[in-house]
Amino acid sequence: MGFPLELIALQAVAGIALGAVYVLLALGLSLIFGMLTVVNFAHGAFFMLGAYVGVFLLAGGMPFWLAMVVVPLIVGTMGLVVERFLIRPLYGRPIDDPLLLTFGLAYVVVELVRIVAGKQGIPVEMPDALQGAVDIGIGFFPIYRLFLIGVAVAVVAGLWLLLERTRYGLIIRAGAQDPLILRVLGVQVARVWLLVFGLGTGLAAMAGFLAAPLQGAAPEMGIPVLAEAFVVTVIGGMGSLLGAVVAAMLVGVTISLTGLFAPDMAKLSIFALMALVLMVRPQGLFGRAG
Amino acid sequence: MTTLITPTRRLLLGGTAATLAAPAYVSGQENPIRIGFPVPLTGPFGAEAQDQVRAAEVAIAEFNGAGGLGGRRAELLVRDDRLNPGEAATRTLELIERDRADFIVGGLSAAVQLAINNVTRQRRVLFNSISQSDTINEASDWSRYTFHEALNPHMTAGAVARYAVPKYGKRWVFLIADYAYGNEMLRGFQRAGRELGLETLADIRHPFGATDYSTFMPRIAAARPDVLCLVNFGRDQQIAVRQATDFGIKRNTRIVAPVLLYTARLAGGGPAFEGVVGGTSYYWRLEETTPSAKAFNDRFRAQHGNRVPSDYGALGYGGVRTVLESVKAAGSVETDRVVEAMRALRYDFYKGPQYYRGCDHQSVQSVLVLESKANTVRGEADVFDIVATEGPDERYLRSCAELGHG
Repeated sequence: MGFPLELIALQAVAGIALGAVYVLLALGLSLIFGMLTVVNFAHGAFFMLGAYVGVFLLAGGMPFWLAMVVVPLIVGTMGLVVERFLIRPLYGRPIDDPLLLTFGLAYVVVELVRIVAGKQGIPVEMPDALQGAVDIGIGFFPIYRLFLIGVAVAVVAGLWLLLERTRYGLIIRAGAQDPLILRVLGVQVARVWLLVFGLGTGLAAMAGFLAAPLQGAAPEMGIPVLAEAFVVTVIGGMGSLLGAVVAAMLVGVTISLTGLFAPDMAKLSIFALMALVLMVRPQGLFGRAG
Repeated sequence: MTTLITPTRRLLLGGTAATLAAPAYVSGQENPIRIGFPVPLTGPFGAEAQDQVRAAEVAIAEFNGAGGLGGRRAELLVRDDRLNPGEAATRTLELIERDRADFIVGGLSAAVQLAINNVTRQRRVLFNSISQSDTINEASDWSRYTFHEALNPHMTAGAVARYAVPKYGKRWVFLIADYAYGNEMLRGFQRAGRELGLETLADIRHPFGATDYSTFMPRIAAARPDVLCLVNFGRDQQIAVRQATDFGIKRNTRIVAPVLLYTARLAGGGPAFEGVVGGTSYYWRLEETTPSAKAFNDRFRAQHGNRVPSDYGALGYGGVRTVLESVKAAGSVETDRVVEAMRALRYDFYKGPQYYRGCDHQSVQSVLVLESKANTVRGEADVFDIVATEGPDERYLRSCAELGHG
């Protein structure tokens, strides 16, 4: 199939933009698993909550740029409450217990949103400055999706600084390695876990808020992306942040290029990629063995 | 299969015997007329399904308000089929066996309605389907008990193609949801398009329920088609329209959909849908020209907090009302007599003249072509203009012979 090089390049850019949303989602998922060993099935529900909280803030007249910061704070706070009162009692129990809890929580949250905001989705408009498409040399591409790439880069950079350059980051990384030693050293591990969960859900909410102008807000919007976010974290290695970033881009570009050559295989392709990675490196690209 | 006396048959026979033997029964003691209504209340078509229930309730209230069948009232038994054929079959069987439903109306997907039809056909229960399918008309799936109040893809896509090809151009790209609906609609477009000189530049398939279409857009933009035809439904359609708009596809290309959904347009927003053209069975502004539409809208508004019915919602009304009117005409709930009454029905209940074609019980009816607009004039429900109407005519249907009806 002869596609011009420009089209293939544009397709790759589309893949990277797609990867930008996956990065934000997978970072939170990976962070929570890496630190708390909680497989958070409610992550998609927090993604959806981000979109809906955004809808209400924007309807109330809040500017898009401010809402982009406030939404993660609000939903992140909900995440704190969930960790403190629902997840914390389950620490020390088998890994399936929090998994089942978050799985059920996702259903409750989706159903609540259906009751409060209705089953029919709500349109979300992007700010005027980000509307339309620009010629990026190889063809026209939506400004908003370029903006998403920028946001993902900024968030990854910010997170990297937080984890690698601050005392708090040091504690978080240490906690992921060995929580027991950390406790012996007099660090309140419980508080670290609380904040990590809040941070992870806040990131999910930001992803949902930013995805809403692409697809509108709908109660079910978190379900398909959850599956994709899990694929990304499994490919990247559960708990690895670098892995989440690399895998998100890999998955985005894989979907995009398969979408060009064999559109009906696009969804399947990422699962094939996951199977391939698992066969070669069961712990994921950047995951720790064992 | 027929040698077994199943509980339903016994009940049915018993019930019939009772009505025949004792017509003087006090009406209040009689069972209500039960209409089973399986629709996908949860899942991606939840908004449409909910509206179908609302509209069906209007038909029920109307029937009961007018005294029912000699005092015998109608009752709607709503069940959630979760858009799953297996679930729908189970719910339908329960409705018939346990809840003793007299008739089944419902189904909101091609595959689901075929699953329901499979059960009702075996149980010889009248089923009026209210969503699009070509297969249900075909002899292999059809039965005497099968009615199809909704449009079918052949009629819908045909009407849209006959409007759009002369107006916008012959070079089309199709983006298709890869399931029965998408494939039947594509066939409808390409068949009608053959006479119109339609040229398919590309047909790109996406899985049902996809949430991102960005990866298809560069290729579509590069093809520079006259028309991008989005052959998908519900939320799929809403997201695809929005993302095509974001990619600036509208600069050179007209976006067309086989069915332009009222609910998807509300959820998608005005700017994204501006200028998108598509078909429908019903749009509330039909009331400006059609008295029956006005009457239906008014009753719907009164019963449901001043909202207007959606396209698929209206089908819920049409589907239930035709059954109940046939019950009245037959003076009975006995399936065979109601089937005969329904075959003879010539009706104008909400959208102008309609009737069920003899060979396949497809409702012969008008198809509206709509164009979406960004600015509403008559309130927020005013989202489309009716730009063309293809009147009820059997020549827009596939012939009985082609469908395999002897």
